[in-house]
Amino acid sequence: MRVKAETILPYSLLAPTLIFVTLLIVVPIAQAFLLAFQTPDGSFTLANFQKMANDTSFGDALKFTLLLLIFIVPMQVVLALIMALLIHTRFKGHTVFLYIYAIPLGISDLAAGIAWLSIFTERGYLNSILNQLGILDKPFLFLSYQNLPAMFGTIVVAESWRATAIVMTILLAGLQVIPRDYFEAADVFGATTLKRTLFVVLPLLRPSLQNALIIRTIFAFQTFAVVFALAGRVIPVLAGESYNWYVANRNPNIAAAYAVLVLIFTVAATWFYLRFLQTGAAEAGYD
Amino acid sequence: MAKRIVYLMIVVALLTAACAPAPAAAPTAEPTKAPVAAPTQAPAPTAAPAQPLVFLSTQLTPVEEQEKMRNIILKDMTGAKVDFISDAEGVVVDRILAEQKAGKVAVGVVGVLHGTFPNLLAANALEDLTPLVAKLSDRPIVKEFMTLGKLGTDKQYYIPWMQATYVMAVNKKAMQYLPAGANVDALTYAQLAEWGKNITNATKEKKIGFPAGPSGLMHRLTQGYLYPSYTGGLVTTYRSDDAVKMWTDFKAIWEYTNPQSVTYNNMQDPLLSEEVWITIDHTARVVNAFKNKPNDFVAAPAPAGPKGRYYMSVLAGLGVPKGSPNRAGAEALIEYLTRPAAQAITLREVSFYPIVESALPTDLPDYVRLEADGVVKQSKASDAKVALLPIGLGAKGGDFNKIMQDTLTRIVLKGEDIKTVLNDQANQLNALMTELKAPCWSPDPDSGGTPCQAK
Repeated sequence: MRVKAETILPYSLLAPTLIFVTLLIVVPIAQAFLLAFQTPDGSFTLANFQKMANDTSFGDALKFTLLLLIFIVPMQVVLALIMALLIHTRFKGHTVFLYIYAIPLGISDLAAGIAWLSIFTERGYLNSILNQLGILDKPFLFLSYQNLPAMFGTIVVAESWRATAIVMTILLAGLQVIPRDYFEAADVFGATTLKRTLFVVLPLLRPSLQNALIIRTIFAFQTFAVVFALAGRVIPVLAGESYNWYVANRNPNIAAAYAVLVLIFTVAATWFYLRFLQTGAAEAGYD
Repeated sequence: MAKRIVYLMIVVALLTAACAPAPAAAPTAEPTKAPVAAPTQAPAPTAAPAQPLVFLSTQLTPVEEQEKMRNIILKDMTGAKVDFISDAEGVVVDRILAEQKAGKVAVGVVGVLHGTFPNLLAANALEDLTPLVAKLSDRPIVKEFMTLGKLGTDKQYYIPWMQATYVMAVNKKAMQYLPAGANVDALTYAQLAEWGKNITNATKEKKIGFPAGPSGLMHRLTQGYLYPSYTGGLVTTYRSDDAVKMWTDFKAIWEYTNPQSVTYNNMQDPLLSEEVWITIDHTARVVNAFKNKPNDFVAAPAPAGPKGRYYMSVLAGLGVPKGSPNRAGAEALIEYLTRPAAQAITLREVSFYPIVESALPTDLPDYVRLEADGVVKQSKASDAKVALLPIGLGAKGGDFNKIMQDTLTRIVLKGEDIKTVLNDQANQLNALMTELKAPCWSPDPDSGGTPCQAK
C-alpha cells in the first residue's frame, strides 16, 4: 500500500501542470496545425502556405523578424548580464536598482510601444530635448519609412528596454544558486574581479544563460506590438502578420500558417541552444 | 534575497503567461462560443425584461466613444436597459450569424454600416422592420437613406442611424502657401501636390499627412476619394489608364507628405503637434484638432480629380437580428436614437452626423460647427459626387482593404512599377470578387448581379 502511494505521488504532483500544458498549449498547437493545413470548409490543402509565401509582406516579415533576433538577443543578454552582475555585487541600494530594472516587466508591450512612439515621433520627447539642448535645430525623423535603419533602431531600443529585465531576472536567479564557496576559493587564490567573473562566474552561469537565451528567442519571435506602434506596416514581422491575417483580414487559416512557421523557427532555435550550449551537471554545480 | 528573486520570477511567469500574444491559440471556434455564454432564454413577454438589451455595433469602437455612448447618448433612454458593445466588423458579423445558427439570439439591436447589412440579410438574420417605419414618420429621415435601408427589397431591414464622412483639415499656417489661383474649398489633387511643394520649399518640412498607419483609414481614401475622382469607379477601373494617372499624381503628393504618415492612425494628433498641416481623415478622427485649437484649423472639402469631387458617405443603420429576445426594447432603442435630440447629442459627442433632414442644431459647440462647415461645403460643392463604402464583402472586407493597402505600399513606399503592381493587384481583386460573387456598387456601373471585375 505504502509503495503504491509513493509511486502515485510524483505523478499526482505533476498532474496539474500536465493538464494545464495539455489544455492551454498542446491542444491549441494541434488546432493551429490543423487550421494551417485546412481550407475554410475543412478539406486539407497547402494553399495557405502558398498564399502566405506569395504575400507582399511575407519576405519582409521573415527578414525583419530574423534581423530583430540577431540585433536584440545578443545585445540584451550582454546588457542583462552586466545588470545581473552589478546587482549581485550587493552594493548599497542594489534592491532599488532591482526594482527599477523590473518596471518594464509590468507594462504591456503595446503600452510600451506607444510610450516609445511619444519619445521618437517628430515632435516627441527626444526631439524636444535635443532641440532644447541645441544639438538639433530641426526635428530628426526617426520614424520615416525612408530611413529604415533609424526606424529599426528605435524598435531595437524599445524592445531592449521592454524585455531585457526578464533575461536579467533569469541570470540573477542563476547567480544566486552558485555556491559562495567558489567565489571564496577564487579569492583565496588571488583572482581579480575580472578573472573571477570570466573563469568562475560565467562557466557556472551557463545553464541560466541557456534558459535566458531560449526564453528570449521565443519572445523575439512573438514580438509585434512594439513594432506595430513604431513602424506600422513598413516593418512587418511574422507574429504581426499572423495577427493581421486573423484580426484584420479574417483569415484564421493563413494566420495559423504563420503561427506554424513561428513554431518551427522557435523549435529550431531551442534545439540549437540545447545542442550547442550543452551543459553538464557538474558545470551547473548541482553535483 | 533569493526568496525575493523567486517571488519576482513567479510574478514574471504569471505576467508573461497572461500577456504573451499567442497566435497559435487562435481557434476559429472562439467567436462562435463566446456569445453562447450570454443569457439565452428568451424572457417571458409579459414580465419586464431582466436582461439588458444587447446593442452590438461596429461603430464607436474607441474606448472614449464607447463611454460617451453609454454615459451620455443613452442617458435619457427609457424602456430598456441597454448594454452597448462595440467590436470589429468580422467579430460582430460572426456573433450574429453564430447566434442564428445556434438558435439562441442574445443581441437585441445591431448597429453596423450599410455595407454590412447585405451579409446579414443573405443569412436571413434580419427582422423586417417595415411596421416600425410608420412609428418613425414624425422625424424627417433622409428619403435616400430610408431607401438604402430596404437593401433592394420592398421591406425595411434597417433604420438609418447616423452618418460620417471624411474632411480635409488645414492648419491656417498653410494658407499663405496656397498655389496662386487655388481655392481651398475647390481644390484639385494636382493643386494639393503644388501646395505641398510650396510648403516644403518654404519650411524644408513635409507637411501633408495621411492616415497610413496600421489602423488608419488610408484605404478608405483610396476607395472613396482617389479612385472615383480619377477613374469614376473603383473595382472595374482598378488597372485603367486613369488609375495609372491617379497613382502617378498621388506619388507626386506623397513627395511632400510627412514620411511618418506610415505610423499615423488618426490625424488629430499630428495636426495638433504640427507635424502635419494638411490632411484628409474621418471626421471623428480629426475632431480633437478643432476641439483643442479651434482658432488654428479650418475644415474644407476633399480635393477633386478629373472625374469629379467624390466623397465617401459612411451610413450606419440599426437592425434587429431575427429572433431578438426583446423586440419592444429594440424598437424603443431605435426610436430613441433617431430622435432629433439624440441625433444632436450624437453629433456633439462623437462627431457622427444626423440622418434627419433638419438644420444642424444651433447649440453646437464651436468645434463641431467648424468641422460641420467643411462637411456641408463638401456635400454642396457643384462637382460633388458620392461614393459608397464597399457593399456585400462581409467578413472579407479586410481582404479587400488589404489589396488597396498592398497596392499603396508597393507603388508609393517601395516605388515598384505602377502598371505591374496594378495588374497583379487587379488579378487578386478579381479572384476575391469572384469568390464572394459580389456585384458592383456605386460608383462602379451596375454589373447586373455578376461579380464585379477589373477590366
